[in-house]
Amino acid sequence: MPIDFVSLTNVIISGILTGLVYGLMALGLSVIFGIARVVNFAHGEMMTLAMYASVIAFSTFGLNPFIAVLPVAALFFVLGYAMQRWIVNPFVTRPEHSQFMLLLSIAIILMNGQLMLFGPDAQSVRLDSLLESIELGPLLIDRGKLYAALVAVGTTAALFGFFRFTRGGTAIRACADNWLGAKVVGLDVNQLYALAFGLGTLCVAVAGCMMILLIDLTPAIGPGYTLLAFVIVIVGGLGSMNGALLGGVLIGLSEALAGLLILPSAKSMFSFALLIVVLLLRPRGLLGGNR
Amino acid sequence: MNRRGSFLLALLAAALIALPAFADNYLLSVATLCLFFAYTGQAWNIMMGFAGQLSLGHALYLGVGGYTAGALYFHYGVSPWIGVWFAIFVCIALGAFLGALAFRSGISGVYFTLLTIAFAEFARIGFDHFTWVGGSAGLFLKVSQQNWLDLRGPPALYYYVMLMLAALAFGLSAWLLRRRPGYYWQAIRENEEAASALGIDTFRWKLVAVVTSAAMTAVSGVFLVFYYNNLFPEQIFSINRSVEIILAPIIGGMGTLFGPIIGAALISLLADGATELVDVLGWNIPGVKQIIYGLILFAVVVFLPHGIWPSIARKLNLER
Repeated sequence: MPIDFVSLTNVIISGILTGLVYGLMALGLSVIFGIARVVNFAHGEMMTLAMYASVIAFSTFGLNPFIAVLPVAALFFVLGYAMQRWIVNPFVTRPEHSQFMLLLSIAIILMNGQLMLFGPDAQSVRLDSLLESIELGPLLIDRGKLYAALVAVGTTAALFGFFRFTRGGTAIRACADNWLGAKVVGLDVNQLYALAFGLGTLCVAVAGCMMILLIDLTPAIGPGYTLLAFVIVIVGGLGSMNGALLGGVLIGLSEALAGLLILPSAKSMFSFALLIVVLLLRPRGLLGGNR
Repeated sequence: MNRRGSFLLALLAAALIALPAFADNYLLSVATLCLFFAYTGQAWNIMMGFAGQLSLGHALYLGVGGYTAGALYFHYGVSPWIGVWFAIFVCIALGAFLGALAFRSGISGVYFTLLTIAFAEFARIGFDHFTWVGGSAGLFLKVSQQNWLDLRGPPALYYYVMLMLAALAFGLSAWLLRRRPGYYWQAIRENEEAASALGIDTFRWKLVAVVTSAAMTAVSGVFLVFYYNNLFPEQIFSINRSVEIILAPIIGGMGTLFGPIIGAALISLLADGATELVDVLGWNIPGVKQIIYGLILFAVVVFLPHGIWPSIARKLNLER
């Protein structure tokens, strides 16, 4: 099948835009792991929960996802904070696998809870104002994808700014670097862990509100996105914020290209192959530090 | 094991052997599934409970094992009693490949677990496009009558096959725990660096654990195909399968001999009870059963981190 230059460029642009939203989702996972040291196995299920929240906001209150994202993100921040504080925190000192299973059980409960509440049928939010693509000469850019990517980039930039320039952000980074040291200088470590977890769930909530514009939602897609988020952060480097973004764009691109060049249904096989290769060659990820 | 323990075990064995004489087909099918989870849980327990290597992708061996024997039977009429050896061989090769790749490049903990998931997912999508074995439309085996050579027969046949497997797995685990591999694995589980410093070849023994577990799980896969006569990549390789496998040993007690058995019995009873309760209440919507699994797993992880067997054993005055 000959592929012309224009459709290839279109696919690449669409892949990068989707990849930026993936990047924000994975950034949430990365923050939760890098700071709170929790392997959030319920990440994809949290994202589908945020997606349902924005579906409800749209169908019941007529709020489009670009507005609904604000209350949903605030709600998820509180949820994440509470979850770390009261459920996950007692597990910090327990063996790794124990914490892993805790999050796994939360994932199972969340996913099947959504299945029970919302049913297995696909749902989506389609805004009329996004139907027309932007034409740049021969290139076509999907409006929904473009705006979703802009929101993702904005949120990411705000998060970077928070970690870089505010006292709270600096304290959280200190906590991630050296837990004991942070405690010694008088930081409330548990509070900061919960804050980091809340920020992670906030990222996934914003990503979810944007994803509802891009894909159809069923409860069953949760585990797939959990895995996708892991693939992205591992490719980029677990715990590295830049790595999560780079990984997101790479996976978005590879999925888009695999869909075009090979088989659309085999696109995630491509991502898993990439994961296996990166794990074997550079287990700490592309931007992860050396151990 | 003390005398009291041996007596209880003999009693349990006698009851299990005599069961088909009293039970109807429904009860027998529940018991067969219970033994299936006890056996497969025992297989997973060797890798995680004994050697401390957490696999969340055991559906890989279940599926590949099942597909190997299933395809041999489907295309060439090879009896499952022969096909199972091919399945074991393929899964040993696969487990050795995965383990060697991971342990050579120093992948451990979370990273290892994610690698096992990635392999299972990779296989799921691969088999979806593997048309020789039916692709995503699935593989269906011919249902012939009453031929035990092809593992075809009354429910009691499947029950006894699974009972034999569960007993063998229990014996093997008990034997391994008392021998060199068991002690090596536990040392690696507790502290890999210390184990290595004591001169244990950790690479080799971790690999042995993965391969043993893979080979045993392959047999489960073969059983599953010939029990249900169909095989779909979406089901056999799904992460739900991998989770289902690990529930029994976690709930019963990881690293213990009786944990997977008690856990399997408990989840079979609970699943059955839950199904009935849901029917009675008229809540027959998808997801109810899984959410009950999820809540049980949550409760066990939070309140009984060592599983329920250790506390039962203490009450009954048994060692472990």
